Amino acid sequence: MGGKTVADKIWELHVVAREESGRDLLYIDRHIIHEVTSPIAFDELRSRGISVRRPDLTFAVVDHDIPTVGREVCDEDVLSFKQIASLSKNTKEFDIFFLDCFSPYQGVAHVTYPQLGLTSPGTTLACGDSHTCTHGALGALAFGIGTSEVAHVLSTQTLWLKKPKNMRVIYRGQIPRGVTAKDIALFTIRKLGVGGGFGHVIEYKGSAVESLSVEERMTMCNMSVEAGARTSIIPPDDKTLDYIKNKPFTPKGEAWEEASQQFRKLCTDPNAKFDKEASLDISRLEPQVSWGTNPSMVAGITERVPDPKEYRDNSQREAVERALKYMDLKPGTKMSDIEVEAVFIGSCTNGRLVDLISVAKIVKGRKVNPHVKALIVPGSQLVKRSAERIGLHKVFHESGFEFRNAGCSLCVNMNEDKFKEGARVASTSNRNFENRQGLGVKTHLVSPIMAAAAAIEGRFVDIREWELNEELDLRK
Amino acid sequence: MMFESVSGKVVPLFAENVDTDQIIPAEYLRLLSKNGLGKYLFFKWRYDDQGQIQSNFPLNKREFAKSTILVAGKNFGIGSSREFAVWALQDYGFKAVIAPSFGDIFYGNALKSGLLCIQLSEDKVQQIQKAAKDGELIVEINIKNQEIRTNKGETIKLELDPLVRERFLLKQDEISYTLSHEKEISLFEKTRPKFLDIEGPIFLD
Ligand code: SF4
Repeated sequence: MGGKTVADKIWELHVVAREESGRDLLYIDRHIIHEVTSPIAFDELRSRGISVRRPDLTFAVVDHDIPTVGREVCDEDVLSFKQIASLSKNTKEFDIFFLDCFSPYQGVAHVTYPQLGLTSPGTTLACGDSHTCTHGALGALAFGIGTSEVAHVLSTQTLWLKKPKNMRVIYRGQIPRGVTAKDIALFTIRKLGVGGGFGHVIEYKGSAVESLSVEERMTMCNMSVEAGARTSIIPPDDKTLDYIKNKPFTPKGEAWEEASQQFRKLCTDPNAKFDKEASLDISRLEPQVSWGTNPSMVAGITERVPDPKEYRDNSQREAVERALKYMDLKPGTKMSDIEVEAVFIGSCTNGRLVDLISVAKIVKGRKVNPHVKALIVPGSQLVKRSAERIGLHKVFHESGFEFRNAGCSLCVNMNEDKFKEGARVASTSNRNFENRQGLGVKTHLVSPIMAAAAAIEGRFVDIREWELNEELDLRK
Repeated sequence: MMFESVSGKVVPLFAENVDTDQIIPAEYLRLLSKNGLGKYLFFKWRYDDQGQIQSNFPLNKREFAKSTILVAGKNFGIGSSREFAVWALQDYGFKAVIAPSFGDIFYGNALKSGLLCIQLSEDKVQQIQKAAKDGELIVEINIKNQEIRTNKGETIKLELDPLVRERFLLKQDEISYTLSHEKEISLFEKTRPKFLDIEGPIFLD
């Protein structure tokens, strides 16, 4: 008998019913909802006259639409207001826990809820958002779903799913200085392609992954959907348990003893078989910068923008041509010659405390380039408060960064935060799709420290050549 | 919304890796209804920055007016989980999308909402795209017989995903179907470890 992967084990513990067609009815331990993909699901419930099966396992938050300067969307005519009001009304009507605009714990779902201890190893989790795969960093089996499925979970606390295949990405070597979880994630997508993970749950493995903090692991798992993966997972270890212990939603006392014992058992058997495997050497990885219009179009900082002529495959060549046209880049341009006019540090990829600390170490004592508009948006209000407690807000303000309230902000063109039309930006978010960050906006995906350095210099620089302000006492 | 067969004009979209941000831009996700989303389908590709029609975009060409079947390059529907992408395609009039591969979440959403997604080999897809170029390809997709017949006398055999067949042919309402498993769900809930339930958060910060 072959061994089992951690994903297989969690799956099997949650099967309520099996169908001949190959689908399983999976029980969902935690369901997170937000203002964009839930209103129509609640309408569906109302039209059927049914209620939410487990309001106690359903958790709501506003993130996509919320302004990051004031907290209130005052204009009743704007769509954001209506959407937020609708979530507020629905959570009241169905008695659901809700982190509203004014909650001190509001934040991007995938940042704030793990911080509150809602995500725990061995659980199944669903949310109407594709970056739900982030929660896999804590050893949860987490699925991004659409609105019909949100309605299904609300009414039944289950999902019909075909069991994803298992894929493993193993990293060889240690993480070089100046290289972050974000660079590893971008590099992985570059190697696997945007469809490389279709139908699979990716397990990340290697001593490099073990060496990452839980927050950094979330950055990696966050980007799995950009490689097409159904979801991703990192089996829990001591770091995971330390991270969730004593969080608001984490079981306490005896329940914690029982829970942590269960969590410790969650592992992938040594003889487990994976349907697909990739092995990537990161020992000489350099900081990565995206140059195109999907997250697989990425190059190292010492590399150049590719020439479409280098591609033999017709459709690939056309895709590169199209991307370079949108990005207004010439083939052969050095990545370090690309100038940016705006910088966004935040999102569910890189809006956590560890990210902000790394940025502070770069920007302390330096000034944002006068031609650059630079913004830091914490992933949650809790991240914001933690940052302020150690004085990061002062570092940011002194350098010329704006430091705002939590939200999706410039990651997606849905709230009041806007880039200038056509602006070229360095962004720590996860998607560089056409117009994702605003009309004609040219997004370059990078790590927080690369974004910070780009804000200072007004162009991409090789962060490995910089000295960090290690004297900053920022470790907790 | 489910059907056993569908026929209509085919419009080719040669792009690969079409993400759902392109299918429907984020700013239109704040609408609170599925109806009327077709107006915003491929909005940034159909219109230029000034709101003028991009006449070379396939959907804007006269020969493709009233197309109901879209054939696109690989990895169609990657990215955001927005079901709005499926609704926008349907509201615009599309009944089916043919491509070599689909984003997982998009595919699942389409299945729920009754947009038929058909996966074919890259060669076959390119063949259809070519044949559709002049705006004169009309096909009939038959789910029961698992085949596509073209007005040019061709028949393409399909190996449909059993889930697609089941969804479209049985036309079951999924929520009601699952609620018929109520006993199993309740039983399962009784066996779940207690610590998985939430007593209510304790905030100390
Ligand atoms: S931060 Fe960006 S990617 Fe994350 S949930 Fe918000 S919009 Fe989506």
